[in-house]
Amino acid sequence: MNFDDTPQEAAFRAEARAWIAANAPRQYEDELEKSSLGRLVLTGANVLEVAKAWQKKKADAGWACLHWPKEYGGRGSSPIERVIWQQEEGAFGKLSRMFIIGHGMCGPTMMAYASEEHKRTYLPPLASGEKVWCQLFSEPAGGSDVAGLRTRAERDGDDWVINGQKIWTSGAHYSDYGILITRTDPTVPKHKGLTMFFLDMKSPGVEIKPIKQANGQSEFNEVYFSNVRIPDSQRLGAVGDGWNVSLTTLMNERMSIGASVATGFPELFDYCNDLVIDGAPAIDDRAVRAKLANWAVKASGLKYTAFRSISALSRGERPGPENSIGKLVAGSMIQEVATYALDLQGAAGVVSDPAQAEVAGKFQAMLLRSPATRVEGGTDEILRNIIAERVLGLPGDIRVDKDVPFNKIPTKGRG
Amino acid sequence: MNFEFSDDQKQLRDQARRFLAEKCPPKAVRAVLEGSAGYDKALWSGLAEMGFLGVAIPEEFGGTGAGHLELCVIAEEMGRALAPVPFSSTVYLAAEALMLAGSDAQKQKWLPKIASGEAIGTLALFEGPGNPSPQAIKVAAANGVLNGVKKPVADGAIADFAIIAARVGAGGRETDIALYLVDLKAGGIEAKTLTNLDPSRNQAELTFKDCKAELLGAANEGWSILSRVLDRAGVLMAFEQVGGADRALEMGRDYALDRIAFGRQIGSFQAIKHILADMYVAATLARSNCYYGAWALSTNAGELPEAAATARISATQAFQHCSKQNIQVHGGMGFTWEFDCHLYYRRSNALALSLGSLSYWEDQLIERMRKKNAA
Repeated sequence: MNFDDTPQEAAFRAEARAWIAANAPRQYEDELEKSSLGRLVLTGANVLEVAKAWQKKKADAGWACLHWPKEYGGRGSSPIERVIWQQEEGAFGKLSRMFIIGHGMCGPTMMAYASEEHKRTYLPPLASGEKVWCQLFSEPAGGSDVAGLRTRAERDGDDWVINGQKIWTSGAHYSDYGILITRTDPTVPKHKGLTMFFLDMKSPGVEIKPIKQANGQSEFNEVYFSNVRIPDSQRLGAVGDGWNVSLTTLMNERMSIGASVATGFPELFDYCNDLVIDGAPAIDDRAVRAKLANWAVKASGLKYTAFRSISALSRGERPGPENSIGKLVAGSMIQEVATYALDLQGAAGVVSDPAQAEVAGKFQAMLLRSPATRVEGGTDEILRNIIAERVLGLPGDIRVDKDVPFNKIPTKGRG
Repeated sequence: MNFEFSDDQKQLRDQARRFLAEKCPPKAVRAVLEGSAGYDKALWSGLAEMGFLGVAIPEEFGGTGAGHLELCVIAEEMGRALAPVPFSSTVYLAAEALMLAGSDAQKQKWLPKIASGEAIGTLALFEGPGNPSPQAIKVAAANGVLNGVKKPVADGAIADFAIIAARVGAGGRETDIALYLVDLKAGGIEAKTLTNLDPSRNQAELTFKDCKAELLGAANEGWSILSRVLDRAGVLMAFEQVGGADRALEMGRDYALDRIAFGRQIGSFQAIKHILADMYVAATLARSNCYYGAWALSTNAGELPEAAATARISATQAFQHCSKQNIQVHGGMGFTWEFDCHLYYRRSNALALSLGSLSYWEDQLIERMRKKNAA
């Protein structure tokens, strides 16, 4: 049992480290280090532009989408090399946030289902960040129940005509392309009538409206489709096989390990070191210590759980199911941590103006953003179902809509 | 990175699991729980024959010299099977203290007997309510004799020897504490078994009346040795707790699959699934933290104090959580004497209080992290 690199891994790490040292946008390092959930500000710069420039620089030198094949813009690296890169990239990796969906979900789906010509056309600029992709899955009537989606695709000659609405689409407002799941047959049970496409987000009839979130920011969008035409050549997978295609997308995401999940613990620990309560550092207070210890072991547990998965990758094995706990633990933890940090501030905790608030309003921003972490990408409840069913082998839910034609499923609760 | 046990170590775990499944079924745990023997003598001999008692003891002192990672995987299996034997007292505490601070003669005398199953050892630290602290030590040592009362002492009534924390100075400082080694069969000691939460393990009160004792380690270093012993034992105990947590989770899962209510398996209800998912989360976090502790223990890393506290807290939480929720999943049947759920519930709570309780380790962890941060 050790944390040591193999000689090959060590050589790769040294090469990555040297390249990052010579090329990373150092002027933003401090602000990136200090950024936390709900707050990423780069003074005097546009985050999207800085992120795209860093991604392009990486791609030009062969450091983008490391695990993708070279012909599609990647490096053909092993999974463990990808993890080592993420470790070395450190805070600069926060600039990759806007590419996560494209690189983690859209790219792998294209790789599995698009034509060779499309792969060679679309994947390299996706890898280099020149083109940004989004994933159009969730709908007002299909959140946790994604397969309940209603956006229609109807065949018309060589095209499909799309009508409907998506919601919670991250980054749609700066995306160039998207993968889109639609209903092509409402007369069969809901999982069977779905079909996947990719499309140009500038297509006529696509309208994007940013959602003003509960924390006042706008990361997500509503996307409306009015008679949008998509050529059949942009279909991914067979007609009616969209659900299986979407599972490929989601499975790929679960294989991505090493991107550390934010827990808020390092920020809280530092804060408790600096904060003075009644003339003594907060960290000397036994009640504070008990709280900190409880979160410290969760943060540590997540770190070493990821290390176990990384070890499996290093041996060339598939990681076990243990990594499925990450977001479930971190999501509720960061909310509790933010709440507690404000509790320590007393009445002053209410002030959120970065110029006035404690530690530049870091914990206030975290508090207001954190409810979303427990919902996005699978709610806490859905994640518990997944652990119970796929890891522990418990029976699936009894589904009353399973064998019912989609257009016979009730659409209203009361009235 | 290879943050995983080796294939040989995994084979040893499988071997231990098979051995304990045969020699230590719940029936054997109940025999100790409901009887007066204090431990399962046949199982203890069997563990010695398998070489499990001396796995971390060097060959020159009668052990197999395999190492502490091997001991971790065995500890996990002992916890899983609720082995009713003085394994933690003898192996994590007494043997570790001897190996850390014993003279060559002391090691020659006791370590081979531990490995062969001839001697049961323990650590006598606590004196009534409270957590490890130099101020709490009242048992006094003067001119090589001890006077005072220790309680509770895990496996105290069945042990052959004990390592005792005693005060040699009056200041209540760490340097006022020394460790002594006492042959409990030599006289001057009264041992009284205490009825306790988990009668599958012995707890005793030891009274010392002008009891002859020999120093273990330097007289002013007792507390520092003790702290290191507790850290090492903390990691090993955490593995035992994780083994118990995993088994409690499996019991809950199995029951949820077998039990029908409202015309369906109760494991198909989200209310039950979510309980079990949270048990899995707690057990997984604890296991990963234990691996960190195992690495630190086996390499004598500078991180050991922090890693030990982390593993100990996480594993205590996980075992308590899983054993408690296992009963909840079982419903009324979980509260019967007949079902094994209470055996895990009892053991989880008893282990949580050994070696210093949760609040002690929480305080220790943050103190250690604070010091590292300041350095």
